Amino acid sequence: MIDELIHFVIPLLIIIAAIVAILLRDLLASVIALAAMSLLLSLEFYILQAPDVAIAEAGVGACLTTAILVLAIKGTKRKEDEV
Amino acid sequence: MSGMSKIVKTITSISIPFILIYGLYVIAHGHLTPGGGFQGGAIFASGLVMVLVAYGSVWTMEKIKEKNLTMLESLGAFCFILIAFLGLVFGTVFFNNYLVGSNSIFGTVPAAGSGLADINTAGVIPLMNFAVGLKVIAGLFAIVLVMAYAISKKEEK
Repeated sequence: MIDELIHFVIPLLIIIAAIVAILLRDLLASVIALAAMSLLLSLEFYILQAPDVAIAEAGVGACLTTAILVLAIKGTKRKEDEV
Repeated sequence: MSGMSKIVKTITSISIPFILIYGLYVIAHGHLTPGGGFQGGAIFASGLVMVLVAYGSVWTMEKIKEKNLTMLESLGAFCFILIAFLGLVFGTVFFNNYLVGSNSIFGTVPAAGSGLADINTAGVIPLMNFAVGLKVIAGLFAIVLVMAYAISKKEEK
């Protein structure tokens, strides 16, 4: 029972985090949402019994990509232009 | 980017050994548990990025030159392909696992059946994990270091 609930909730949270990352106008907040999505994705890999991929996703996706994107925002500008 | 506050630096100094040791543990146990060269290298590089964020890119660039990182990365790739070609020399084919059964380092054969994992097995696979780990650590950290340094230089102008 709890197993099926986890398999339902975590993909839902991944989708919500991805949509939030797209919709936010503040790019720093968007990067944080992307990091949260990456962390949830690594949790999803873990419960799907792929711990190898989960470690790689947590290390690269949630930490290093976030650092690179935050540095890129520091070098450019924080707010996205209104269309 | 001249580093963050004293609190951040202290917490980084306390927690950095655990992260680095964990990354090395994942690399060293690559043939027994989930993980391996790439995963452990990514964890290790994440710890180094934490130091970079806390102490600033100029300080880190003084300590670790980008040239040395490039050299380490090439050394990792060279060790990997060297071990693979040594299989041709000591064994029969490319990537031959010539250390298994030799009773030297990583050379013992594990007992039959499922028992406790023995670290001293698997032949050349742990050595290749170390080579890949070195390459991934140097490569991933060099990317972030050069990017942070370039941005801090741009801000000075």
